[in-house]
Amino acid sequence: MSWHLLASPARFMRYSERIRPWASALALGAIAIGLYQGLFASPADYQQGDTVRIMYVHVPSAWMALFCYTAMAVSSAGYLVWKQPLAEIAARATAPIGACFTALALATGSLWGKPMWGTWWVWDARLTSVLVLLFLYLGYMALADAFDDPVKGGKAASILALVGFVNVPIVKFSVDWWNTLHQPVSVARMDGPTIDPAMLAPLLIMAAGFTLYYVALVIVRMQALVLERRVRALQQVAAGA
Amino acid sequence: MIGTFAAIVGRDVTLAVRRGGDAATVVAFFVVVVTLFPFGVGPEPNLLARIAPGVLWVAALLAATLSLDRVFRADLEDGSLELLALAPCPLVVTVLAKVLAHWLTTGLPLLLAAPVLAILLNLPWDGFEALIGALALGTPSLSLIGAVGAALTLGVRRAGVLVALLVLPLAVPVLTFGVAAIEAALTGQTAAPHLMILSGFLLGALALAPWAAAAAVRLALD
Repeated sequence: MSWHLLASPARFMRYSERIRPWASALALGAIAIGLYQGLFASPADYQQGDTVRIMYVHVPSAWMALFCYTAMAVSSAGYLVWKQPLAEIAARATAPIGACFTALALATGSLWGKPMWGTWWVWDARLTSVLVLLFLYLGYMALADAFDDPVKGGKAASILALVGFVNVPIVKFSVDWWNTLHQPVSVARMDGPTIDPAMLAPLLIMAAGFTLYYVALVIVRMQALVLERRVRALQQVAAGA
Repeated sequence: MIGTFAAIVGRDVTLAVRRGGDAATVVAFFVVVVTLFPFGVGPEPNLLARIAPGVLWVAALLAATLSLDRVFRADLEDGSLELLALAPCPLVVTVLAKVLAHWLTTGLPLLLAAPVLAILLNLPWDGFEALIGALALGTPSLSLIGAVGAALTLGVRRAGVLVALLVLPLAVPVLTFGVAAIEAALTGQTAAPHLMILSGFLLGALALAPWAAAAAVRLALD
């Protein structure tokens, strides 16, 4: 029977329940401070004016979009290699969160593009590859839910997550490889950030807040998925008895 | 192993040819989709010439995607996929043979039909060489990427649309550089760099896709 499914998730449920309130509170705090710093306390850009403040939501969302896919691919690899059910649950819980961050990055980018580039959307490398990233998330979610047996769906979706991972470096380096309207990397550079410290601080606080928010959310979703599996296992036991 | 490989390719091609023109259906679909465009955007020759590379590539991509269902599914349903997986020949080689058979029965006919359609769409002569070169390098990549999607959805009952959702985003780079090669040739530049990148995609897909597809096939047979 599927009792082995309950063994390690039980410990996860205990520990995650202790982390969850802390992660939620810290996420709320960091996002509140970051938003205040970003929207009120930090200086406006000398060229872009107040529009630059979209950055404090746009850039962390875009980072999280890539972070979530990477987390999903790593968990999927862990699941395929070590058959650890919790890894598959983590990947499955991450996918909708990552898809939302990707959609948020695209939406805020579009709002930022209109005043700066004069257009909501351009079909250039960075924007298109992020759009493809969104499709990959949607494909992963569709495949994972398409199977009657969630274990099979999990395995198939894990393989897909690994195949789709080729897109992540393309998104990351697209601004260096192709000429695009999108600006090049200005934070994680070898020669230090080219962004002013007064803007960098709120940006990093927001990024930390988004990451903590992800942690809190992924714990809730993983707990829900573990409970769902537990119900399913009990139903199977009940049906067999 | 080479004997097994050739036998599987031969078997799949024979099946596709004898089953009443599976390959012909794919080409017919390709032709119909391309002919829809002059009706949709109007018969203005310059406009058609302008959009011809993109239309041909998108139609080829859709035709190749729609035909993916037959790579593994029929064999899964009649049980022969299980026997192929049990055979001493590694599953990766079997998968590769089936991908080659899929390309021979879809990619190759598309490659032959594309120049005729390009004439209908008024594509300038400068673009023909690049069109054929790009399709010759790109369609095998599509078959390889598509085989992964086809194998992943083997356990799903209604897989048709799902396969497209999985495969089409992954095919975007092939499409981009396939069209870019033709555009470069049309504007008097060399198509070589784009064709080289397409070859790179093909080699990368050749190295990785059969393993992913074999893992997915094994999963479906569990």
